[in-house]
Amino acid sequence: MSVAPAKTITYREAMREAIREALLADERVFLMGEDVGAYGGCFGVSRGLLDEFGPERIRDTPLSESAFVGAGIGAAMGGMRPIVEVMTVNFCLLALDQIMNNAATITHMSGGQFAIPLVIRMTTGAGRQVAAQHSHSLEGWLAHIPGLKLLAPATLADARGMLAPALADPNPVLIFEHGSLYNLEGELAADAGAVDIERAAIRRPGGDVTLIAYGGTLPTALSAAEELATGGVEAEVLDLRVLRPLDDRAIVESVMRTHRAVVVDEGWRSGSLAAEVSARIMEQAFYELDAPVARVCSAEVPMPYPRHLEQAALPQPGKVVDEVRRMIGVPADE
Amino acid sequence: MSTAAGKPTAAIDREHGLELLRQMLRVRRFEEKCVELYSATKIRGFMHLYIGEEAVAVGAVHALRPEDAIVATYREHGHALVRGVSAGSIMAEMYGKMEGCARGRGGSMHLFDAATRFYGGNAIVGGGLPLAVGLALADKLQGRRRVTACFFGDGAVAEGEFHECMNLAALWTLPVLFLCENNRYAMGTAIERYESETDLALKAASYEMTAWSVDGMDVLAVEEAARRAAGEVRDGGRPCFLELRTYRFRAHSMYDPDLYRSKEEIERWKEHDPIPALSARLQAAGLLNDADIEQLEQAISTEIEDAIAFAEAGTLEPVDELTRFVYFEGAAP
Repeated sequence: MSVAPAKTITYREAMREAIREALLADERVFLMGEDVGAYGGCFGVSRGLLDEFGPERIRDTPLSESAFVGAGIGAAMGGMRPIVEVMTVNFCLLALDQIMNNAATITHMSGGQFAIPLVIRMTTGAGRQVAAQHSHSLEGWLAHIPGLKLLAPATLADARGMLAPALADPNPVLIFEHGSLYNLEGELAADAGAVDIERAAIRRPGGDVTLIAYGGTLPTALSAAEELATGGVEAEVLDLRVLRPLDDRAIVESVMRTHRAVVVDEGWRSGSLAAEVSARIMEQAFYELDAPVARVCSAEVPMPYPRHLEQAALPQPGKVVDEVRRMIGVPADE
Repeated sequence: MSTAAGKPTAAIDREHGLELLRQMLRVRRFEEKCVELYSATKIRGFMHLYIGEEAVAVGAVHALRPEDAIVATYREHGHALVRGVSAGSIMAEMYGKMEGCARGRGGSMHLFDAATRFYGGNAIVGGGLPLAVGLALADKLQGRRRVTACFFGDGAVAEGEFHECMNLAALWTLPVLFLCENNRYAMGTAIERYESETDLALKAASYEMTAWSVDGMDVLAVEEAARRAAGEVRDGGRPCFLELRTYRFRAHSMYDPDLYRSKEEIERWKEHDPIPALSARLQAAGLLNDADIEQLEQAISTEIEDAIAFAEAGTLEPVDELTRFVYFEGAAP
């Protein structure tokens, strides 16, 4: 337990502190991406860093996702520790060749000769009425790729503490920051530092059902758990945190305690990360289950602009509650 | 197109001339042997031969220093050989053996060698350019005066990554030597059929970098240009672009029936074969005789036979090691 006093901080500030600390700790670390410098980051994460560290280490890039993501790979192979910010997951589609064909393959294709100590950060998710091209949740797609590691910080401690171990990792690590989390505010120990980047974490203990979530769906699952508790159902909330490689053990251990699982995933249901987690539960804990694994995912539609349709498309606490009640035989209307 | 043999003979050092000839012959004979081994099913997958284009890699790589880096394409056997990756480890790689330069994991299109700073073997057209920009960025940020030589074909010029990288390298004044091997075909599509502007140096120049075109069938012209360009990159710390006009005598790959160009066109280009051109030039200057050629051929033949024996004697990786190297083993250097 930390004895340092706690301070109030936002997710955005926690991320900025992590970047600042990394820049101070290691000369090889630099940040590059679209509008990370003069603008301060599209979501304000890097505000102030240009003034403190200068344009060599806080590098505004042209709108050339493939070039600057690939340059991050090359710079990592050349001995640097780049943090590449891809403004949003939507734009990483313009750099998929570099992410998939180079970052994820070169260590293997070279027979283990080259490390790629690269961090790529990107905002993900919907909920801000920015319509179909700016609302993707493609973590499941990217988690499909061997050679990458994927992190989804959903708490202040993870926003503050995942970057340092990600930079120390000799492999490309993708960090997904859900856009709805940046204004999350709370208490964090003043000396909060690195966290592990291997394990899932139980955010709320419970014995009746496991709600499995990550990133932007963690608040959804926690909110659903609160509501379920009012009806006497104790849900355990498991935050995946690490999307590749998945922490199978934590998933299975929780399901062995609760015998029921609902996966809450903002990705589309078909071929989703939720599908993968469900399959693993089926493979590894089938005889522990009292009910089929359920999934609450985004509706299979390009994200619509109107608020009511967008909200209808997204996983909501109410949908999670309904799934759990259906699963354990409590009538939805009580 | 002018032939090298037709040019006035500049003063060539015998030793250097012989070395350039030897390297081009090594690549040619190695590639010819690869065809045999492919037919014998010793080598599988996609394989792209460099026959006809040897002057480009030989001239350009001779302009580099050991501390410089190379990023190459899937047609890179020659570049690796000339760079100093051993013929045995390249052959073993194509045999899929653990003794290969990438432990057999990459094959013909993905030769890697950390010791000679050979960063692949990239089989996505244009995909190596961002890597080269990043390697050069690392050098610049760490204050190292090194050149990253990035080879790519004319086909890559139509890719978005080419334009993104030209811009970024020039904007950030990064020490990249862009070497465009213009063999006039993007697989089977002739350059006139896919480029609105076929003067490729002009495209690079529009990004505010020094760029010019070179007769890629003349090894001495390539070497001279590459030395000048590498000097500009190293001393000026800024990118430079060379368009090396060349031609492949063989089909695009082992699968290509070569239906998109005429035999006459191929024969016309063979008149500019860089190997006889250099031989003729050296002989005319009295620097080469038949015994020299015989000696070179003999040594190369022995080297290639040894490489094949090395590959044949190599070991296949145990299947229980299948998923090794997906992630880097150990801490990053």
